[in-house]
Amino acid sequence: MPLLTVKNLRTRFSTDRGTVRAVDGVSFELEEGEVMGLVGESGSGKSITAMSIMRLIKEPPGRIEADEITFDGVDLLALTPAQLRDYRARHISMIFQDPMRSLNPVLTIGRQLMETLQRHLRMSARDARRRSIELLEVVGIPRAEKRLDEYPHQFSGGMRQRVMIAIALSCNPRLLIADEATTALDVTIQAQIIDLIRRLRSEMGTAVIWISHDLGLVAGLCDKVSVMYAGRIVESGPVREVFYRPAHGYTLGLMNCTPRVDDIGHRLRPIEGMPPNLAEPMPLCPFLPRCEMAVAACRESKPRLETIAEGHVASCHANLSAYWRKEKVA
Amino acid sequence: MTQVVLLSAEGLTVSFPGRARPFAKPDVVRAVDGVDITIKRGQTLGLVGESGCGKSTTGYALLRLNKGTGRVMFDGVDLMLLPPEKLRSMRRRIQIIFQDAAASLDPRMTIGDLIAEALDLHKLHTGGSRQPRVRELLELVGIPQRFAERYPHELSGGQAQRIAICRALAVEPDLIICDEAVSALDVSIQAQILNLLQDLQQRLGLSFLFISHDLSVVRHISHEVAVMYLGKIVEQAPTSLLFENPRHPYTKALLSAVPVPDPDVEKARERIVLAGDLPNPANPPSGCRFRTRCPVAQSKCAETLPTLHEIEQRHSAACLFV
Repeated sequence: MPLLTVKNLRTRFSTDRGTVRAVDGVSFELEEGEVMGLVGESGSGKSITAMSIMRLIKEPPGRIEADEITFDGVDLLALTPAQLRDYRARHISMIFQDPMRSLNPVLTIGRQLMETLQRHLRMSARDARRRSIELLEVVGIPRAEKRLDEYPHQFSGGMRQRVMIAIALSCNPRLLIADEATTALDVTIQAQIIDLIRRLRSEMGTAVIWISHDLGLVAGLCDKVSVMYAGRIVESGPVREVFYRPAHGYTLGLMNCTPRVDDIGHRLRPIEGMPPNLAEPMPLCPFLPRCEMAVAACRESKPRLETIAEGHVASCHANLSAYWRKEKVA
Repeated sequence: MTQVVLLSAEGLTVSFPGRARPFAKPDVVRAVDGVDITIKRGQTLGLVGESGCGKSTTGYALLRLNKGTGRVMFDGVDLMLLPPEKLRSMRRRIQIIFQDAAASLDPRMTIGDLIAEALDLHKLHTGGSRQPRVRELLELVGIPQRFAERYPHELSGGQAQRIAICRALAVEPDLIICDEAVSALDVSIQAQILNLLQDLQQRLGLSFLFISHDLSVVRHISHEVAVMYLGKIVEQAPTSLLFENPRHPYTKALLSAVPVPDPDVEKARERIVLAGDLPNPANPPSGCRFRTRCPVAQSKCAETLPTLHEIEQRHSAACLFV
């Protein structure tokens, strides 16, 4: 049984300009200890998908509907607010791009770590303090015992993100959702955090949903990837499958417009135009107006999610096999 | 192809007062410390480094937007010695665009007026040729004519950056300083702007100083690249040389940390993970500034300050061991 099952998730927001379908029928499964990347550009619905699973969307104006959201066999949609809070603390944790916004500036790091432990694991103050020091050491903060009594502003950006990870890990969650967690960090610091996530995954078996716009990070860190566009998953599969055999026009477009540090400056192929307005009616395929690969069928019928290989699905009429790296995937 | 030098800076230094303490001399932060750079006509110099390394401050110093010292020769004139009224007319020839383009556009002015304002400031295309020029400029950056009547809030991020570029182009500059100009854009839009910059360079013979933390983008757009660390240039070379054969340990670590969108390449890569954070610039390490994080540092690195020296033709690095 998968750790997390999401079926037909739809999240809408009522606004003055109509109903915005921010997430429009997203489904996926995540196994224990698996790392899944969720990629796409701003506004594609990556964060809203994560927030909807955690039920962190305010209703109204938001409205979350799904055929199923189960975590370890438990129906998250049926939980009471109190049960949900407990779940969020103990089983599913989330970290964000800006740790300063998630940390309380007037409380020491130690208080914030210990609070979680005392409240949700019912630890004594002494045990909680000892465990907090351990956690800071796990995430690679030197002089942990001393730093426990410092305030968030005394930490650098990379160190703050480590503190957030320590808090997120404090109750040994089985799922960690990281939303652009390294986007604001310099690359050398990002590399340290990625190292840490890899270690946590192998040592503690934590499953991770890694939300990012950076295809490079996903290629290096994730087992599988889902590509989002206009609130839908348009393609998903094992990373090697999706990167070497992209089967959706948007995935291919995304790869062609991404500059690579290991590649000499050939001209980029931008995706022309802009993402659609999610409050307006969608064409048969949301990417059609910007797609270079479009074929006649794209104007006639809605592309269904089709299987390309085991675990690899995409909803696209075009045949992109001419662009595949066939030497990489048999 | 002969390459004419457009701008060369020597010994560029920018200091800021640091924290004042009672009974002690206030700290001085040398954000930029003795930087030499050369920008050739029609070419792009990429300036890379992590936040706080002084790359933006270097860009501002070239325009005298902060109080720097040193020599900045632009087309035969030392900008540092120019009186204010002459500086203004020289600034027409060096323009700057920023990361947050929307913030540099007055929300109460139409796009057309914003572009005309740039013309008016330098008394270009006055009278009848003004409107045609605005239309021509909009076309140059790929913005439909009807946008001239619109306001900045109606623009997307990519369009706002196009308008910022358009305003810079309006005064017919020789050099545009791009300070993280594509960093806030989604990749698909970023690629549009990068291609636009390359097209404009071809058509108009523009030079760019491209300041960015994104090494993939810098490799893509630059002819030469300079790598900065804590106020100093640690390595400089033509782009392909620098990326294929980095010599300074910092450049090596930096390049190894950039993710590549290719799972097999990622798996096979050797990564140099640097320990720790950037040191406090008010109190930089003695000797080599990188030594506290350097994987190959030895005791003499604390004593001797390495200077930028040529290690092969057109390739220089500041490390005692290269």
